[in-house]
Amino acid sequence: MSDVTRQGVQDQRPGRDATVGSAGRRTPRPGEGERWGEGRKRRRGRRGEALMVPPAEFTSYYGRPVIKKPVWQERDIAGYLFLGGLAGASSVVAAGAQLTGRSSLARTSKTGAAVAIGASLVALVHDLGRPQRFLNMLRVVKVTSPMSIGTWIVSAYAPMAWVAASSELTGRLPTVGRLATGAAAMAGPAVASYTAVLVADTAVPAWHEGHRELPFVFVGSATCAAAGLGLLGAPVRETAPLRRAAVLGAAVETVADELMKRRLGIVRETYESGSAGQLMKASQVLTVGGAAVAALLGRRSRVAAGAAGLALLAGSACTRFGIFRAGIASAEDPRYTVEPQRARLAASATGR
Amino acid sequence: MTALSGDRPLDPASEAGWGDAERPRKGFFTDTSICIGCKACEVACKEWNAIPEDGSMTLTGMSYDNTAGLSADTWRHVAFIEQKKPLGHQQPGLERARDEASTVDLGMPSLPAASADGESEFRWLMSSDVCKHCTHAACLDVCPTGALIRTEFGTVVVQDDVCNGCGYCVPACPYGVIDKRPADGGMHKCTLCYDRLEVGLTPACAKACPTESIQFGDLDELRGRAEGRVEALHAAGIPDARLYGHDPTDGVGGDGAFFLLLDEPEVYGLPPDPVVTTRDLPRMWRHAAFAAAGLAAGVAACFAGRRP
Repeated sequence: MSDVTRQGVQDQRPGRDATVGSAGRRTPRPGEGERWGEGRKRRRGRRGEALMVPPAEFTSYYGRPVIKKPVWQERDIAGYLFLGGLAGASSVVAAGAQLTGRSSLARTSKTGAAVAIGASLVALVHDLGRPQRFLNMLRVVKVTSPMSIGTWIVSAYAPMAWVAASSELTGRLPTVGRLATGAAAMAGPAVASYTAVLVADTAVPAWHEGHRELPFVFVGSATCAAAGLGLLGAPVRETAPLRRAAVLGAAVETVADELMKRRLGIVRETYESGSAGQLMKASQVLTVGGAAVAALLGRRSRVAAGAAGLALLAGSACTRFGIFRAGIASAEDPRYTVEPQRARLAASATGR
Repeated sequence: MTALSGDRPLDPASEAGWGDAERPRKGFFTDTSICIGCKACEVACKEWNAIPEDGSMTLTGMSYDNTAGLSADTWRHVAFIEQKKPLGHQQPGLERARDEASTVDLGMPSLPAASADGESEFRWLMSSDVCKHCTHAACLDVCPTGALIRTEFGTVVVQDDVCNGCGYCVPACPYGVIDKRPADGGMHKCTLCYDRLEVGLTPACAKACPTESIQFGDLDELRGRAEGRVEALHAAGIPDARLYGHDPTDGVGGDGAFFLLLDEPEVYGLPPDPVVTTRDLPRMWRHAAFAAAGLAAGVAACFAGRRP
């Protein structure tokens, strides 16, 4: 056994290699002498050549997952995906309401954003394995870590949202409140969309393979949630922009979701089966239904507007919990890890 | 952003700021063709690193493998696979006993009879799995606290006194290696015996391996040795032999701990084409930025027009 010392490698091993089977005692069978490639990739490299080995059936190690599923608590992290989106988009709505003189809507959205981001921080710290060390997040700034960047985004955003809401509710320091409202509206969209990168930047197939469309699903869902909150809390005469936003958000979410599923191949199943599938279906019904009710009846009836708002909020929450559960399901089944990788290898071997 | 791209070989320690000193990258070459499944590596690893018990001491019921997989408390894991496939031209020596009239059949379980040319149609594959110490390590990339670091040996290590247990590294790892230890809330994995390396010792698992299935050394040297080993096995009539994780141009830039396997990687529970998730991160950020701008513009447009 060679040892590594501070002076380098010592006692380099002699060339003694055990041989599997009985090398040299048998003559190779016809065709056996030629060199084999190191796996499927090279074996299929020469086009037109018959495969030496038929395409393998899906195999795994006793059905055990290849990757580890996230250790995140669903209530904390899926809850944060919802609340962070609600907060970020609500801050944009609040700024729009303030600039257009919709005072009741501004108050609702600012308060909602402040409460939602506060609850988000509680959930995020609670989910840590060592919550007392949450400040370690601020040791470094790493662009390769969406959680690091997200921590800094939220750290910049949350105080602005709180100042904006405090000023709104107490009536004090109105100028500071207006500036904070503007700053929160600038950071809000980042809070709503970075969480898509947060989950997509993992080896979880249902999340990573959807990394192109997921940010659009998230901002669509966040817009619906913020519109829902405004419809619930503000009078009908102030919520015309939210009825448009609800339709826009629902359209973006639905289209992005469908495009993502088309890209996913077999991983699509994780969004369509089990409890994740039920949540995604519920989300579609609630989101599209809520947007439709808001658009058609929201102008006339405060009750209809409130019901639409509740449906939109619930739809957004279902989207986030559904996506979270689809990710878990895709990590638990080795098929969703192995088969797309196999397909990728086969595609690169046949020259695309 | 060089650390994100997997298209050229690089020395991870130099990239991480250790300078270009003469400091060869260390690694493991695990030659599974000579693994006997003794689990000495698992035991030695646990002993040296003082890793706690995995949890309930239960039987998996799936094979002789009751460890089941790598985890926060298992940094070496020996996989057992039973296959109805020939393992070269092996003479298990069971026929003789069976043929002798003087022996009494006790009804003990036995391997199926060898075929006419003496080739057994049954084989065991055993493989000691470990953290791959990737060139492009997703766990290290996504760690938000800087608890995961690249050492001067090119390995990847968790600083337990910094880790705050966010768990981001767990789903980021394309091999499912790093995991959370519920008892302390932190993330743990193989350190390639960082403490032993620093004083010039061989990692515990390699030291304990009785067949030198686990070989430790300079990665360049190990890669050369592995190539020769594959050629020897092919010449000996073991066409299944192939290297896994040795290629510096693969999706993770090559593994610091690579393997010689006798079947497809997924048979051993390994991903066939692992890719570091952060390879796609620049695109993810672009899409997220576009989506965020769309949110701001979309909501603004909804407020534009007539005022109340």
